[in-house]
Amino acid sequence: MRELFVAFTLLALQGFGGVIAVAQRELCERRRWLDAREFVDLLASAQVLPGPNVCNLSLMVGDRFFGWRGALTALAGMILAPMALMLALAWGLSEAAALPQAQGLIRGALGGIAAVAAGQIIGTVLKLAAPLREHELGWPACLGLAALALTLVVHWHWPLVHVLLSLGGLACCVSYALLRHRAASSPPGPQA
Amino acid sequence: MSVAVWSWTPEVWWTLFGHFLALSLMSIGGAITLVPDMHRRLVQDGALLSDADFTGAIALAQAAPGPNVLFVALMGWYAGGMGGALVSMVGIMLPSTTLALAVSRWVSVRRHWLGVRAFQAGMTPVTVGLLLATGWHLMPPLGGQPRAWGLAVAVALLVWQTRVRLIWLVLAGAALGALGIV
Repeated sequence: MRELFVAFTLLALQGFGGVIAVAQRELCERRRWLDAREFVDLLASAQVLPGPNVCNLSLMVGDRFFGWRGALTALAGMILAPMALMLALAWGLSEAAALPQAQGLIRGALGGIAAVAAGQIIGTVLKLAAPLREHELGWPACLGLAALALTLVVHWHWPLVHVLLSLGGLACCVSYALLRHRAASSPPGPQA
Repeated sequence: MSVAVWSWTPEVWWTLFGHFLALSLMSIGGAITLVPDMHRRLVQDGALLSDADFTGAIALAQAAPGPNVLFVALMGWYAGGMGGALVSMVGIMLPSTTLALAVSRWVSVRRHWLGVRAFQAGMTPVTVGLLLATGWHLMPPLGGQPRAWGLAVAVALLVWQTRVRLIWLVLAGAALGALGIV
């Protein structure tokens, strides 16, 4: 339990500009609590539910190991220390507002961090795309779905909920039909 | 921007708590999707915090470590000090957390049901696309800040292909930014 708390605190404190990149690195590659496919599956559920998706993810991982207490422990690890740090930072910045030089430095540093954060997310997504090669729908269909979701949001400015409902719903229905077809054609033997 | 840290303002806290409690279950895709709604409730109608504090809270939470939802705590902080930060966080987290836990348990018991597997299989590629869109939105503009754009692309390649510690990348970005290089 303590390890869980520490793991999520450390993870959250390294997550500048979003925690997903660090979560993938820590949970899948360093601690090996999840494999890449499990991570994406959990993230998919976390994304559909209301609430911040990394917080939902931490709940699910904690729940898996230690039940509801684990879930709360993981979530607390994710939130408490970063929240304290951020409030301290906000307070410090309001004090530093008196010094214009410091402000320029801070603004520059924040800009640099923002650029790195964007790159981290994109790099992580490229990694997360790897398990899609063994996906039930097939690699080209997955690429198409991902590209379509990206275009709908970036180009046509669809709200995320609409994309999830329409495109996600469609993909789920197709997967359902496909899985049922396969289950019917090869009754014994569980598929992955 | 000056905040009375230990201000005792229970009526402001109740208002904040109520707003965030109501917003929580709508926050599909993260609390950041509710920013327009929050702006209407807290800045326009409620006058609980100023426009500058509102956007400042979001920018700071994006750059600081931790989940981005902490911008809610910052808004609470600007509106009602320490107590405001705490009640806002509890308000935004409580309903969604309860629901997420209940649903994920329901799902994990039925992990082998066809419907559950189909749901996860169908949502996964869409999730990847949506995450990519998040990264895309955060990218600095190629035209306006070509060097920052280059930095982001280099980071993406490093994260994808190597196992360099992410914190070093963040520190490098902060140093380059502070020196005015990107």
